[in-house]
Amino acid sequence: MRLKILSRLAAAVILAAPMMTTSAQASNDLVTDFELDNGMQVVVIEDHRAPVVVHMVWYRAGAADETPGVSGVAHFLEHLLFKGTDTMEPGELSKTVAENGGTDNAFTSHDYTAYFQRVAADRLGLMMTMEADRMKNVRLTEADILTEREVIIEERNQRTENSPQALFREQTMAAQYLNHRYGVPVIGWRHEMETLDLDDALSYYRTFYSPNNAILIVAGDVTPDEVRALAQDHYGPIPANPDLPERIRPSEPAQTAERRMIYRDPRVAQPYVTRSYLAPERDPGDQDTAAALVMLSELLGGGQTGYLTQKLVFEQQVALYTSAYYGGLSLDDTTFGTYIVPAEGVPLEEAEAALDAALAQFIADGVDAEQLDRIKMQVRASQIYERDNVEALARRYGAAMTQGLTIADIQAWPEILQEVTEAEILTAAREVLNRNRAVTGYLMGPEPQPEPQPEPAASPAPATQAEPEVSQ
Amino acid sequence: MIRAVFSALIAVTLALPALTQPARAEVEIQEVKTPGGLTAWLVEEHSIPFTALEIWFRGGTSIDRPGKRGAINLMTATLEEGAGDLDALAFTRAKEALAASFKYDVGDDTLSVSAKFLTENRDQAVALLRESLINPRFDQDAIDRVRGQVLSIIRSDQKDPNDIAGNAFNAMAFGDHPYGTDSNGTLDSVAALTRDDILQAHQDSMVRDRMYIGAVGDITPEELSALLDDLLGDLPPSGPALPETIEPALTGGVTVAPFDTPQSVALFGHSGVARDSEDFFPAYLLNTILGGGGFESRLMTEVREKRGLTYGVYSFIVDKDHADMWMGQVQSANGRIADAIDVIRQQWAEIAENGVTEDELIAAKKYMTGAYPLRFDGNGPIANIITGMQIENMPLDYPATRNDKVNAVTLEQVNDVARRYLRPDALRFVVVGQPEGLTSTN
Repeated sequence: MRLKILSRLAAAVILAAPMMTTSAQASNDLVTDFELDNGMQVVVIEDHRAPVVVHMVWYRAGAADETPGVSGVAHFLEHLLFKGTDTMEPGELSKTVAENGGTDNAFTSHDYTAYFQRVAADRLGLMMTMEADRMKNVRLTEADILTEREVIIEERNQRTENSPQALFREQTMAAQYLNHRYGVPVIGWRHEMETLDLDDALSYYRTFYSPNNAILIVAGDVTPDEVRALAQDHYGPIPANPDLPERIRPSEPAQTAERRMIYRDPRVAQPYVTRSYLAPERDPGDQDTAAALVMLSELLGGGQTGYLTQKLVFEQQVALYTSAYYGGLSLDDTTFGTYIVPAEGVPLEEAEAALDAALAQFIADGVDAEQLDRIKMQVRASQIYERDNVEALARRYGAAMTQGLTIADIQAWPEILQEVTEAEILTAAREVLNRNRAVTGYLMGPEPQPEPQPEPAASPAPATQAEPEVSQ
Repeated sequence: MIRAVFSALIAVTLALPALTQPARAEVEIQEVKTPGGLTAWLVEEHSIPFTALEIWFRGGTSIDRPGKRGAINLMTATLEEGAGDLDALAFTRAKEALAASFKYDVGDDTLSVSAKFLTENRDQAVALLRESLINPRFDQDAIDRVRGQVLSIIRSDQKDPNDIAGNAFNAMAFGDHPYGTDSNGTLDSVAALTRDDILQAHQDSMVRDRMYIGAVGDITPEELSALLDDLLGDLPPSGPALPETIEPALTGGVTVAPFDTPQSVALFGHSGVARDSEDFFPAYLLNTILGGGGFESRLMTEVREKRGLTYGVYSFIVDKDHADMWMGQVQSANGRIADAIDVIRQQWAEIAENGVTEDELIAAKKYMTGAYPLRFDGNGPIANIITGMQIENMPLDYPATRNDKVNAVTLEQVNDVARRYLRPDALRFVVVGQPEGLTSTN
């Protein structure tokens, strides 16, 4: 049974585990990579079963690369890149894709912005023509800016303002990151979105959009030679940006106080508790701890057989749902999270206590070796299943490469997962599952209204507390 | 009901599946008949050592027994909670050890079982799947556990503007017909369901004479035939009557469902076009131009691109098994939703009156015919497509003729359909939020 609330929670999560193993049939065999002279990296993933190709350009620039004060500009620019160039009318790119039977879109995260089209394989050159064009030649008017700003504000309304779960998640992230821009929502804070202007967008564009900050990924019915020739023709002539800034972001200070928050909203019918711990991410050449955390999240939260579900849903029956998640793909420090959706009548405090007790008990019990074997078996099998969907594989390469990993790291990952030991998992659990380095959140309905009290017959005038003054 | 709309959309997609003359890839569908009398469609694809298997049953939640609303939904969600000798945890552990995937889902018209399993342990995986289909345990504690989850969903839906809109729209359109109520059931109806009701729902909804089977992957016709009789032969032969066909009882106007949220959600629609009507292909092309999902549709251009009134606006042809509608959806801030609705009505009227242009039709045809072969890109998607073709009663060779049918549609036909079907005065808008400048009309 999959609950809708889960998908809402899971929306916060970039699921960990690009899971593949190295064997004779590993998907690594499908992958070729090279670099153009201007520094643009190229990855080709072959699948010749259907005459389809997915063409993607990923930029190593996302919302966490924005300048303070213009939150949302990375995503705003992504929208504006559909507005036309010197040689394309506004909307022409999408119209052309559609007339060729294709679909197109784009997406922005904290660490990357990516544009893609899915078309018949023989239209790849046309896609490259248009994508290369808008890497440098976008043309925007004030009118474009004003209309599209309304669109992204409606997008924020739809994604965030209309969803108490999303508002809660936004506050959780803000509490998690005091100093790093991961605490600012990708879509932007509303009050800053309302003032985004043409200069803000163009400044971001000129800083980050260039071939030496981009990765081209082509997946489907193509050969590396075809892609190399087309890429050189279309992307090769674009000059590198010599002033591309180094990607260094502020890091988090040591957390010295446990962080707890309560978000109340009358639209909440099902309360729950989340716990989000700051955790290390996958780093180039250093993925062992992240691999242990992936296995920890699977052992604790993987489906029906996860430890938390067994303890809290099946045995103690205090939860409708509970799980754990870990987003190992991240340029900077990431989060490991757990949550519990309490059974009817169970207060959130009790649910949280049960969750903490289960986490402590997991560490005391140690790892169930058979369960770890089953997880590793599924990791191995996923290498077979994933070959059925090279578009998903392409997305994983793009996400990993824009978040600091090399192709060697991506391809070593399945073996690193297989080699995780029980001791490493427990060490990682003890290190990360520390409430003093976490945010605990309660999502709740409105405060119950107190019964109206009869007015005392002659009450003295209340001594109202003056607003505390703020001195200059 | 967004989910209801989506399942309807899936049905529409599946109504037009299959391949044209793929430029560089072939998908060859074989019909497999088993000794036990079952029929399945198969696409062999031996390059990856696994098989995707789809087993669909016509009926879905619409055949819930009177007073038992939600039984088939709860039953479907409990199929994975233990079977044969295995309780819920043991069943899941066995599935995980095989690295097999079984998913059980149900919509208004169809219950679907989607399985994926490796070639190396196919027999064990199929034996385990069989237990969940033929011998589900439906232990009382499992039913109660899943019931708690369903009740939580129902309570959440009552505070979700999308679900409020969908349920209100369906209630207006379909009243007492099964389509008129939420397939999850109500808090009361679900609370009252007994284990016997769940057993009855299982016997009613997974039956051989309403079953459609599609397989794609590393399996031969002989191997498929051999496993199907054992897997499915012991299901009941037949189930209760399907519901009657119903004409949606929608009248033109606005229904406001007040809900305190910053952005209003609007669903709108009127009666639609039957899948087997000769108007269907012209209507499908027309809808692509009107609001079919691309950035370049009329509705997206006018409501989003020109005016910035929304993040997304769409129209869609909803072909349920027993009702047809032409619907749409838009979300705008409370202060702007009235403007968005005005523009949508204008576009509906503009196309009904003046039709679309030759250029728009050419572009829509290029999209529809070009996108067609691109759908066949994976064992899972192809298994869905060939199973959908069967439930839509399409011939094996439909794929070869489908794009010709699209290309044969004329501008006159499209504009004739626009005149006859698009009726701006008949559109009913159900708006959930605190919309400014809108009040309910009869």
